[in-house]
Amino acid sequence: MNIYEKMMSIDRRILFLLIALSVIIPLLKPLLLPVYVTKEVRNLYGFIDNLNPGDVAFLSLDYDPSTMAECHPMALGILRHCFRKGIKVIVTSLARPEGLGTAEMALTQASQEYQKKNGEDYVFLGYKPVPGAVLLAMGENFRLAFPNDFYGTSIDSIPMMEGLKNYEDIKIVVTVSGSAVIDSWVIYAGGRYGVPIGAGVTAVMATDYYKYLQSGQLVGLLGGLKGAAEYEKLIEYPDMATKGMDGQNMAHLLVVFFIIIGNIGYFLGKKAKASKGIGG
Amino acid sequence: MRRQIPLAITFICGVVMAIQFFIPHQISLKIYRGALDWQMIVGGFVLVLGIGSLVTHHTDKLKHQREGWGYSLVTLLGLALMAIAGLFFGEMRIGKPFMEIFIYAQNPIQATMFSLLAFFIASAAYRAFRARSFVATLLLLAAIIVMIGRVPIGAKIWSPIRDISTWLLDYPNMVAKRAIGLGVGLGMISTALKIILGIERSYLGGGK
Repeated sequence: MNIYEKMMSIDRRILFLLIALSVIIPLLKPLLLPVYVTKEVRNLYGFIDNLNPGDVAFLSLDYDPSTMAECHPMALGILRHCFRKGIKVIVTSLARPEGLGTAEMALTQASQEYQKKNGEDYVFLGYKPVPGAVLLAMGENFRLAFPNDFYGTSIDSIPMMEGLKNYEDIKIVVTVSGSAVIDSWVIYAGGRYGVPIGAGVTAVMATDYYKYLQSGQLVGLLGGLKGAAEYEKLIEYPDMATKGMDGQNMAHLLVVFFIIIGNIGYFLGKKAKASKGIGG
Repeated sequence: MRRQIPLAITFICGVVMAIQFFIPHQISLKIYRGALDWQMIVGGFVLVLGIGSLVTHHTDKLKHQREGWGYSLVTLLGLALMAIAGLFFGEMRIGKPFMEIFIYAQNPIQATMFSLLAFFIASAAYRAFRARSFVATLLLLAAIIVMIGRVPIGAKIWSPIRDISTWLLDYPNMVAKRAIGLGVGLGMISTALKIILGIERSYLGGGK
């Protein structure tokens, strides 16, 4: 194996080790490079920031532990922003049953930080299968899909839910999602009932949703850990996402470095073969 | 009859729900709300069916000691443990057994599985991204620009890369995704019509 072939076929175990180090080292020794804010994140932040205390936002935490690294900081950022501004929040978790646990974790943490009370400042409705049907039912009446909240309390006896019937009574729906349930929110809640929708999605999903930004079907979009870090910067509460950005910086650089090495090997190898008159 | 009745139900439900959308009348709304209720009830049964299939499949594997039966045992034990913790040891709140198992077992397990993706993406990108043709080169350049331009260090290295990556996402990416989205949407409409009209019958099982 010549040098060019070696450049094209580095042992994947070396690659894995370097990727692990590129994530771990910056976590232990942060570089804290400044995070710039994109317009899609600023738009969502701006929409929520312009709401008045007492307004109601709907936050659907449609992710589970597998996508928690990216989605959980977004959920915390939006909850902190709402609680800090005195915005009341209705929370659901509609993608998977496991999402109930992550939603409960986010709600518990953020509500404790701002001393917010269940039933007065926020309501956790929980999970119901078939998200499409649940979203449509909530468009008619929240009670149709959720007669009780997640803890078994009748919605009609929850003070915060008094006078709240359906999407017409809330200012924005934000879905933090690791699945395609975001499409259902845009199509059913946004399209049929006209409620403004904002979203936070994993980085690999983000490119799928720029079409909704351009058409105005989404008011804003947080994409991956970077989106969460941008939101943390806007609410001036640097946390997990901001810490994770250094690892992401290094990992991205490393991947690009290896892609370049592989291509140099490919081109020089091809040139060497051509000059020897081998292959075609 | 075994085929005709489901086909008739599908046709009636499909046509009624499509017409209902355009008639904002009390009767129409009542039908719509009833349908939503039923959809959620049927959805609930799907969960029961799923758990039933899971238990049957793994019990059978365990009973006959087929390859990988140890994993089946772990699956069944996990299922039983979570069910017992949820049903008999209090509600799902931080500090209660169900949430403790969730936070300290399920959470790291699922997060670890997903984080492996970073390693596979890195390895796949290194092996697959070769500038073998003009189109492959375009893809390679776009990937590098977006990968570097979307993280803070990109702007430190070369500040215009940030705007170029934003432009790539806002225009070429959005155009392609919209085209795919429109195609998928039209495909969904035509498939729905084929199902309602009984042309597409594969959902009934048993061949075409």
